[in-house]
Amino acid sequence: MRIAVLIKQVPATDKVKMDEKTGTMIRSEMESELNPLDMYAVEEAVRIKERLGKKVYITVISMGPSQAVEAIKDAISMGCDDGYLLSDRQFAGADTFATAYTLSAAIRKIRRFELVFTGERATDGETGQVGPSVAAQLDIPVVTYVSCVEKITDDTIRVQRLIEGGHETIEVSLPALLSVVKEINEPRIPNLAGKMKAKSTTVLTLTADQIGVSLDKTGLSGSPTRVVKMFYPKLSRDGRIVKARDVDTVVDELIEFMRKRKLI
Amino acid sequence: MLDITEYKGVWTLGEVRDEKISPISYELLAWGRKLANALNVDLASVIMGKDVKNELNKLVHFGADVVYVVEHPKLEHFLPDVHARILEALVKEFRPEIFIASATTYGRTVMPILSAKLKTGLTADCTELNVDTQEKLLLQTRPAIGGNVMATIKTPLHRPQMATVRPKGKKPMKPNMTRTGKIIFKEYSEKMYESKYKWLSFERDKTSDLPIQEADVIIAGGKGIKDGKNFSMLYDLANIFGGSVGASRSAVDMGWIPYSHQVGLSGKTVSPRLYIAAGISGAVQHVAGMSSSETVVAINTDPDAPIFKVADFGIVGNALEILPVLLKKLSESKE
Ligand SMILES: Cc1cc2nc3c(=O)[nH]c(=O)nc-3n(C[C@H](O)[C@H](O)[C@H](O)COP(=O)(O)OP(=O)(O)OC[C@H]3O[C@@H](n4cnc5c(N)ncnc54)[C@H](O)[C@@H]3O)c2cc1C
Ligand SMILES: Cc1cc2nc3c(=O)[nH]c(=O)nc-3n(C[C@H](O)[C@H](O)[C@H](O)COP(=O)(O)OP(=O)(O)OC[C@H]3O[C@@H](n4cnc5c(N)ncnc54)[C@H](O)[C@@H]3O)c2cc1C
Repeated sequence: MRIAVLIKQVPATDKVKMDEKTGTMIRSEMESELNPLDMYAVEEAVRIKERLGKKVYITVISMGPSQAVEAIKDAISMGCDDGYLLSDRQFAGADTFATAYTLSAAIRKIRRFELVFTGERATDGETGQVGPSVAAQLDIPVVTYVSCVEKITDDTIRVQRLIEGGHETIEVSLPALLSVVKEINEPRIPNLAGKMKAKSTTVLTLTADQIGVSLDKTGLSGSPTRVVKMFYPKLSRDGRIVKARDVDTVVDELIEFMRKRKLI
Repeated sequence: MLDITEYKGVWTLGEVRDEKISPISYELLAWGRKLANALNVDLASVIMGKDVKNELNKLVHFGADVVYVVEHPKLEHFLPDVHARILEALVKEFRPEIFIASATTYGRTVMPILSAKLKTGLTADCTELNVDTQEKLLLQTRPAIGGNVMATIKTPLHRPQMATVRPKGKKPMKPNMTRTGKIIFKEYSEKMYESKYKWLSFERDKTSDLPIQEADVIIAGGKGIKDGKNFSMLYDLANIFGGSVGASRSAVDMGWIPYSHQVGLSGKTVSPRLYIAAGISGAVQHVAGMSSSETVVAINTDPDAPIFKVADFGIVGNALEILPVLLKKLSESKE
């Protein structure tokens, strides 16, 4: 069985600090990491490999700048077998449709995969649209919000989905794409052997030409959406902060506050 | 090249849950009404289900001019390929210029499949929609990067212009029982209902009826709640408000409450009218999931806890002492 895991490199979230004055977040642009939600996708692929034995081979694929090789290597150190970086100036500015177009074209080019994993969403763009769009462009079924893989055979997979109000169990034919949620597993910390392997693995880079995608369909020129404006909202609220010297009084004040705002 | 002038009207994607039209569908009509009025076009609701006949007039009462209905036994559960195929056929036949859905697990699954099939743009989890009346384009505003950035996005040359909107972002309009509208039933061949999926079962979450993304009020607890048992206090409070219980990642990791309640970067993004954070420090990854709440109340023993920066009302004090008193006073005033 061949498994592909799609991963994205994102700005590191634990480096984010709040600006005391403006109440907006300061993000150090320099630090990037493997999208934290993609670790669950990598982990689940590796667990399937461990469960089914050697005949499973896991390929990591990411579209991004050359530094994204680091994120691919992080995934390899967790137990994936090889990696591809899709990198070309032409890919810049892609919206989710164009991103998914390039990813699906590369998947087709690389080989047939029985399973494709993605994270629930990337912590920067936060659309969660790339997975379903890749599946649609590959014309394979997608199962989103997967919280448990119950059973895999050669041609079907049975999974649970975490949806509003509970868990749904659904079976789908393979090949299929699964986007997973945090509940599915606890990602491992790579061991030394994994890190050594990642170090010695060469990540192959594919350009637009090598994938064979038409340039008008990738990057900004292939994107139906356009960002027309960006702004930074003020998050801090300058609210009233009171000390609870006397619990009774402070609760009365809170109730009064909620009444005024018509919350009770 | 697509002739975009052939596309007219605003569509909303209704949702059916437990064989009933979900209130989400009425919320969407409130979003859509504003756009349809600005463009001077009809507002439609699309609804797919096994048996939804009885409630169709309600969609009209809540603002729809047209209701497109597709009924079939295979539509009882969400089979993504079937839903996307039928929506694709409807869009190709009737050509709406705008198509919006709720950013629920349903909307966030079927809309990206549909937009990929239609080769058009889709913006995610919008908190504001407007019409550029000069260009007649939809302006879609959404937070990204943990609420840190707001982006306004448009889809100039592709149709329909598609967006999902954050649940609870708008209240449904007051229903008008005298409104009339057109109800159009569509039927498709059995081939359209062939699916690669087999739906097997649904197990309801025992800890809540109301998912946090759809709650008006969220009482959230963190590590400062100290023990899973103490969460019963939060449930009691949530009950009084008719809301849900939320949690920080630490509380989920301690096993005090299931993951479906987690708010934040690696959990759910919520926009309730009231968010009470008790014993939550307010780490950026938590704030990312709740900063768009209308009113935030924070209770924390540490006066320097960052949660106070994003609070409208903060109490420096012990949540385990304050919450029981709040609970008592609120239940007394209810009686
Ligand atoms: C502020 C802002 C707002 C935006 N809003 C929109 C919008 O509403 N609609 C839109 O179409 N585009 C939007 N974009 C563009 C979008 O962020 C990019 O297209 C991005 O490449 C993919 O989207 P995402 O980050 O939301 O990923 P998601 O769809 O959230 O990612 C889901 C999963 O897909 C996989 N994946 C995602 N990207 C890659 C990749 N490059 N390589 C490999 N796997 C990947 C990962 O497994 C990931 O967990 C926006 C960009 C910005 C900066
Ligand atoms: C990639 C990534 C993703 C993450 N995603 C999320 C996410 O989705 N959601 C999330 O919440 N976190 C997330 N985190 C974790 C986040 O950084 C914090 O660690 C977490 O939010 C802390 O939870 P907490 O506030 O409950 O605990 P703590 O930070 O330990 O805070 C406990 C607070 O309780 C207060 N307290 C103690 N006793 C009392 C009392 N008796 N009464 C009142 N207050 C009291 C303390 O003063 C303290 O402020 C993520 C982290 C990373 C790196």
